[in-house]
Amino acid sequence: MSVTQSSPDAVRLAGQAIGENTVASGKKIPKVDRWHKPKTILGKVVLWIALIGFSLLFLYPFVWLLAASLKPRGQVFDNALIPKTWVPENYVEVWNQLPLISWMFNSVSIALLAALAVALSSSVVAFGFAYFKFPARNLLFGLVLATMMLPGAVTMIPQYLIWKELGLIGTWVPLWGANLFGSAFYIFLQRQFFLGLPRELFEAARIDGCSYWGLFRRIAMPLSIPSFIIVFVFEFQASWNNLQASLIYLNAGSVEGFTAPLGIAYAMTKYSPTAGGQGDYQYVMVASLIVTIPMLLIFAFGQRYFIEGVATQGRKG
Amino acid sequence: MTSVLGRTDGSATPSNTRRTLNRRRAPKRTYNRREAIAGYLFIGPWVIGFLIFTLGAMIYSLVISFSDYNLATNSATPVGFANYAQLFEDPKVGLALGNTLVYALMAVPLEIAFALFLALLLARVGKGAGVFRTIYYLPKMTPTVATASVFLLLLNGNSGAINKGLAVIGIEGPQWLVDPAWVKPSIVLMTLWTVSGTMVIFLAALKNVPRDLYEVASLDGAGPVRQFFSITVPMISGAIFFNVIVLTIAAFQVFDQAYLLFWRDQSNASPESSLFYAVYLFQQAFRQFDFGFAAAMAWLLFMIIMIITFIQMKFGNRFVYYEGDDNR
Repeated sequence: MSVTQSSPDAVRLAGQAIGENTVASGKKIPKVDRWHKPKTILGKVVLWIALIGFSLLFLYPFVWLLAASLKPRGQVFDNALIPKTWVPENYVEVWNQLPLISWMFNSVSIALLAALAVALSSSVVAFGFAYFKFPARNLLFGLVLATMMLPGAVTMIPQYLIWKELGLIGTWVPLWGANLFGSAFYIFLQRQFFLGLPRELFEAARIDGCSYWGLFRRIAMPLSIPSFIIVFVFEFQASWNNLQASLIYLNAGSVEGFTAPLGIAYAMTKYSPTAGGQGDYQYVMVASLIVTIPMLLIFAFGQRYFIEGVATQGRKG
Repeated sequence: MTSVLGRTDGSATPSNTRRTLNRRRAPKRTYNRREAIAGYLFIGPWVIGFLIFTLGAMIYSLVISFSDYNLATNSATPVGFANYAQLFEDPKVGLALGNTLVYALMAVPLEIAFALFLALLLARVGKGAGVFRTIYYLPKMTPTVATASVFLLLLNGNSGAINKGLAVIGIEGPQWLVDPAWVKPSIVLMTLWTVSGTMVIFLAALKNVPRDLYEVASLDGAGPVRQFFSITVPMISGAIFFNVIVLTIAAFQVFDQAYLLFWRDQSNASPESSLFYAVYLFQQAFRQFDFGFAAAMAWLLFMIIMIITFIQMKFGNRFVYYEGDDNR
């Protein structure tokens, strides 16, 4: 029900809008976007100044980064938002300076594998919890939720030893393999979505001779594309950001085998004067900008899914 | 044809009848066997993953925490409570724990306040809200490495933009990344820049507060401040509670920012006040390969997080308003 409240689109896609925004009395609460508009002119002016001020605050590091990426070595630190000397060649030279192309390839591949694996497996498991009735179901689902509390540090070392035993240290597998078994938060999210689907739909399909797998494959999955995308984009971002796993599993290998976050962390040290570098931070800036672009693209296309996904999390309070 | 009929007869119809029968007389729950088996098969992947990567790993981790693990021979020699005793002997454990606690106490309230403030701003705009929400959310999309590489330069005590900006209004900025007293505020600053995830949760909660409440309150003469504390805060207390718990758990595990700003190279030149618990744990595990000690550290962290979350739950529940439950 939480999902139905926060993602009306998803509900509409499922072909029903049950009890959305209605209270027990049956009275409909109007969907209000601006619930507390300022009444005075002064209030409006203050509000807009604050909104624009914070926008500048949030955008400043981006503009700074873009400017710094176009500066020569000596001027990276000068804080000018318009470079005194334009060096667009940085964007050509960076590919020679750093194996950025391999890092991007590694990160994209791992993120795709991780996101696809976790979205599919969590979906299957979530359908199991949402549709079927079996002994100890609620207990097991409670266990799913409980695993969210466990700090990653507790299982970090044994998981390393498992992958080591399998001879997979230094490969991509440890960075996405465990995703094949579903992940608690995503299972929770998908289950919420499935619970919003009318049960009659499935019963009717059963009577028509649809198998249990068919219920999932032909009905639940096509209808759950919105929440599938939420899971996919969330995990893609998480994987793209995952520094610690890269440090554990890939740091000992060749620099070409690094992921984007690990690679940039490496570059930050490589150019640092204290570590014997020349202070060529402009390349770090270019690389930082380049690894940010895929995230911004995903956000541009899937913004709704991000915001809804986050908001859904919050409904759990 | 027969198979279709057979399947229908075999499961769907009887299951329906059985369920209605159940409801009428059998108090004990019975299950359709085929359906139950199918259910177990569907959740099978999670069960396997749980047994190996969670439960199995937890047990293994516990065993390792009572052993001296030799990575070369893959053998664990039992050492009793030695690793746990070392938690108290190693001064860096206490130091890292203290640093982490101080960081959490700084970061969580500021994140909540800032995120709520931004959400309140956004909730007051009509049409333009989407644009601002997008702008405020962009930092959240930026990979932490990119954020860190920019903030490393922005926070530079001598040439960084933040201190240059402070100088304009006549404040002499601190040596953010060098002065031990300012290391944690630097990381808090970075965290605040990416606070929009929390903000979106608050925004969703604010939108669900019925507007009539404010109208009635203002008729009764309640000013904006009174309205905020008497209506807004209680009505979104669930979201506040959730965010406090999630952000606290995250603060206790803060790693990326501290690692990128201070512990990237292994020179150990960074101020001790930047040694967070997760960083020290990582160093012990994957730099020193002292798995036994690191596992003990992990269990201590788990215990601390459990206790703090438990206290927050106990304490917080009293203040949380749940819709449809007026007795609280």
